[in-house]
Amino acid sequence: MEHTPPPFFKRGPAPLVRLFFFASLSLALLVLDARFRYAEGLRSVLALAAYPLQRAATAPVDLLGAVGSYFSTQAQLFEENAALRAKNLALAQAAQRYETAEAEAAQLRRLIGAAEKLDVKATPAEILYAGRDPYSHKVFINLGAQQGVKPGSPVADEAGVVGQVTRVHPLVSEVTLVTDQDHAVPIQVVRNGLRAIAFGGGPSGMLELRFTAGNAEIQNGDRLVTSGIDGTYPAGLPVATVVRIERDAEHSFARVVCRPIAGVDRGRFVLVLSDEAARPSRPEEAQPGKERRSDKVRRARSKEKDA
Amino acid sequence: MPFGSRSEHILRPARASTIAASFAVALLLNFLPWKDLRLVPDFVALVLTFWCVRQPRLVGLGVAWSVGLLVDAGNGVLLGQHALAYSVLAFLAIWLSRRILWFGPMLQATHVALMLVVAQSLVLLVRIAAGDHFPGWAVYTSPLAGAALWPLVSWLLVLPQRRLEREQSI
Repeated sequence: MEHTPPPFFKRGPAPLVRLFFFASLSLALLVLDARFRYAEGLRSVLALAAYPLQRAATAPVDLLGAVGSYFSTQAQLFEENAALRAKNLALAQAAQRYETAEAEAAQLRRLIGAAEKLDVKATPAEILYAGRDPYSHKVFINLGAQQGVKPGSPVADEAGVVGQVTRVHPLVSEVTLVTDQDHAVPIQVVRNGLRAIAFGGGPSGMLELRFTAGNAEIQNGDRLVTSGIDGTYPAGLPVATVVRIERDAEHSFARVVCRPIAGVDRGRFVLVLSDEAARPSRPEEAQPGKERRSDKVRRARSKEKDA
Repeated sequence: MPFGSRSEHILRPARASTIAASFAVALLLNFLPWKDLRLVPDFVALVLTFWCVRQPRLVGLGVAWSVGLLVDAGNGVLLGQHALAYSVLAFLAIWLSRRILWFGPMLQATHVALMLVVAQSLVLLVRIAAGDHFPGWAVYTSPLAGAALWPLVSWLLVLPQRRLEREQSI
């Protein structure tokens, strides 16, 4: 005779079965997300659910800042004001020089027939919080798809490049910092125009130039700016300063370590740059059919003229 | 609880609203802008362990998995890594739930430390499998800090279930 437990003791499937079920569900999701990126829809729904909590978590910090600024003394303000005025003067001068240089450069560019560079649009954004993941260098900003942020937009602060928008949710977006080890920026050495690619250094918080030849002309203290040839970052944004170069005869490549110029791990405000119009689209391949038709039209028109 | 147990109070049944609120507060604490995240305990894992030990029939693997997904999405990491770790954590907690409550706070914390270390190692394994570097042994500070907080957390979470002294004497 078979003994089945009375309904009172029934608790659904055994815990081990449940563990197996949920573990395989998690593993399937992991593979889907890591390999195929199929889970983006689910992710943005979940991120929207977590948004109020994340917003609430930053509220006490904001409040503390507000209280602190309320109690700042007049002397402090006065001092700060004077410093800012001096800085403003210096910056105004620099801006004037920049303006003339820009005009000059535009003229030269017209001369050589290069495409004119358009202004990039910069939208200020606030960093909400850093990702809780110690392995990846990511932050979340308070602009999302609703505010017109697009994946791939470069993000900078007043000093230089901070990173790039990698995921856009409805109300927030995720920015991968230049120090993330999966992140690469094409750069150029200001001093001699040498091009290279800077990869994030991961936990060290530094950048690294990989695949630079052992005899590449690069020195400590060299400033690196974006070269703009990738079509993502506008050219000329400061990225990093070279701090250490290790040349080893055993390896054909030099190891160049650079410190980011922008406040990658500090500061609360950043600019999201968008320069969709700045780059002319790739020229289309010439299509023989189309060309012929336009030829015909032209011929017909010339006939009309003759008549 | 039978004789020998240290929990001398007869507790009220836990309300679902209390459980939900405790998870919300834990998520909030996790999302605070911490300086170095490797040293900060994972409050969600702690609260999850507490409820799995105390109320294994209300909070189980399903809840653990869903909360893990929420944590993954909120932190912008690969979906499923915390879901996996929390499912295993919940399983361990339910498995040990009969045993843990017989011990004093210190021994309970030791059990919890072991479980949190297992969960942290799972997250670490997934990260390394996905192609990350080993971030250093400092990541294990977080589960140990979490275990150190266990007595406080369990005292706080039991509070809403305590009856008043007057009620008990009746």
